[in-house]
Amino acid sequence: MIRFENVSKRYDNGFESLSRINFAVEPGEMLFLTGHSGAGKSTLMKLIMQMERPSNGQITVDGHDLNRMSNSQIPYYRRNIGVVFQNHQLLFDRSVFDNVALPLQIAGLSHHDIGRRVRAALDKVSLLEKERLNPIVLSGGEQQRVGIARAVVNKPTMLLADEPTGNLDPELSEEIMTLFRQFNEIGVTIMIASHDVELLKRMNKRILGLVEGKLVHDGVLW
Amino acid sequence: MKSKRPSVTGNRPSTRPSTGARPSTGASRGASVTRRPERAPAPEPARQQGAVQSKIRLADKFEAYFAHHSTSAIDSLVRLLESPFQSLMTWLVIAIAVAIPAALYIGFANLQHLGETWEGSSQVSVFLRPETTDARAEEMRTKLATRADIAKVIYVSPAQGLEEFKAQSGLGEVVDSLEKNPLPGTLLVTPRLQNGSDAAITSLEQSLLADPAVADVRLDMQWVKRLQQLMVLGKKMVFGLGGLLALGVLLVIGNTIRLAIENRRDEILVVKLVGGTDSYVARPFLYTGLWYGIGGGLLALVILGIGFFWVSSTVNQLAALYQSNFRLQGLGFFGSMQLVLLAGLTGWVGAWIAVFKHLIQIQPR
Ligand SMILES: Nc1ncnc2c1ncn2[C@@H]1O[C@H](COP(=O)(O)OP(=O)(O)OP(=O)(O)O)[C@@H](O)[C@H]1O
Ligand SMILES: [Mg+2]
Repeated sequence: MIRFENVSKRYDNGFESLSRINFAVEPGEMLFLTGHSGAGKSTLMKLIMQMERPSNGQITVDGHDLNRMSNSQIPYYRRNIGVVFQNHQLLFDRSVFDNVALPLQIAGLSHHDIGRRVRAALDKVSLLEKERLNPIVLSGGEQQRVGIARAVVNKPTMLLADEPTGNLDPELSEEIMTLFRQFNEIGVTIMIASHDVELLKRMNKRILGLVEGKLVHDGVLW
Repeated sequence: MKSKRPSVTGNRPSTRPSTGARPSTGASRGASVTRRPERAPAPEPARQQGAVQSKIRLADKFEAYFAHHSTSAIDSLVRLLESPFQSLMTWLVIAIAVAIPAALYIGFANLQHLGETWEGSSQVSVFLRPETTDARAEEMRTKLATRADIAKVIYVSPAQGLEEFKAQSGLGEVVDSLEKNPLPGTLLVTPRLQNGSDAAITSLEQSLLADPAVADVRLDMQWVKRLQQLMVLGKKMVFGLGGLLALGVLLVIGNTIRLAIENRRDEILVVKLVGGTDSYVARPFLYTGLWYGIGGGLLALVILGIGFFWVSSTVNQLAALYQSNFRLQGLGFFGSMQLVLLAGLTGWVGAWIAVFKHLIQIQPR
């Protein structure tokens, strides 16, 4: 599903935030990405999302060589990947419903299908009764869940979550992890960046450990 | 590596290959994908429901495409109306930039029209040599009247000329005291001018002068010709000025759109992150530019209309004074439509420039 071969990322200022990364993720896998702040977790996810291009090496996602993908192909590629970000990136000029509907509108679904799918996704994150609200009035956890609903509404093959439980209490983060696990159970490949050690222990999944841009660990136990 | 097992997304809508295959290939691709074994029922109703019918049909794609056009058009207009003062200012700037060259154009067109009216009534005075007899002059008159480029010829004999002069000048006694009539016989020639070309006039003049009985030829409409040439020059300058002001409109709209893009930066980032193409993101801004242009064009029509009625009452009075049936001419319906369309097009182009300069730079990071 995802394969990194000798991938390095050097930013314009010369800082190398990832060096010679190698790993492969099977379809339907659920794994965590961990490391101290600045280790390169977000950078790695941005490479997968084509928000950054690698300086070296090759990344293959779902059979596509990302180095050979043209700019005009990127939007269509991104529609297959759901993303949940640290800052939820919700739009506060529209309702919860419209936030979640955005990927479907872009993909060009019919009005009818959009309504159905959005409600199904909101139901999944238990926010169905709040669809008409502006996300700004929601709590942090609820906003995070709206972000998740938006990430999965288009039924992506892959879900990337960057610190999805960053500022949530343990109970809420447990709830969100349960959601992710459910999506994983139906076949979605899931990669979660987190430095919450307790959470990693509890989940007991494969972990990629980064230290200063180098992959130092790949396996279930730390 | 490619996903081999049937994932939840196996028959999801985006059955198009993830690397940017165009919607058109989606349908065929969808068929092949749905042939894969169905996945086990999802634990939650949401996904199950979605999986039942999730191919995006081509018809839906088109529908969504046009729906996005109309929502973009309506939304961008609503956005403009939500900040009426700011929008009105922009519309006014555009309206003035459009109205100035349009007003000048209308002015010149009317002067030209006026010139043509006068040209019709203009005459060529052919002065005959003093020794020419009335009989000879009459003979010339009938000959000239048959010419294609001459509409009418009147002969005024020296005696008639003197009578007229006496009557008009009121210098009867002075005239009576003259020993000899100083006036030559005159043929008043009214040319028939189709498009009143200069060459035609000159050749007429030359052929009239060729007759030995002719002493001199005076073209009364020479100044009308000069006026016409000035009008042509004036119109060219109006187009030049119009071009410059159009450039101004482009810059104004470009800058306004740039600000609008900055204001909606977050939205653009999110849309791009969830797979919005550049043209999808650009669409509402292009419509905004179009509305600015069309609104400015309509407002320009209002300004021109007010100015027209203000000026035309004076012009009509003046024309009545000179017993002329000259009437000020406006742009007319089609001219007005052209003006609005041209303004709208300029707005769209301005937005396009801004969009492709600024929007492309906004990338999720
Ligand atoms: N656009 C950029 N230009 C230059 N350096 C950058 C850029 N983005 C990130 N970096 C640097 O790359 C390194 C890795 O950043 P990254 O965001 O991937 O870390 P992270 O592991 O996600 O950290 P955190 O846990 O704090 O989110 C950091 O040292 C950061 O300063
Ligand atoms: Mg990070």
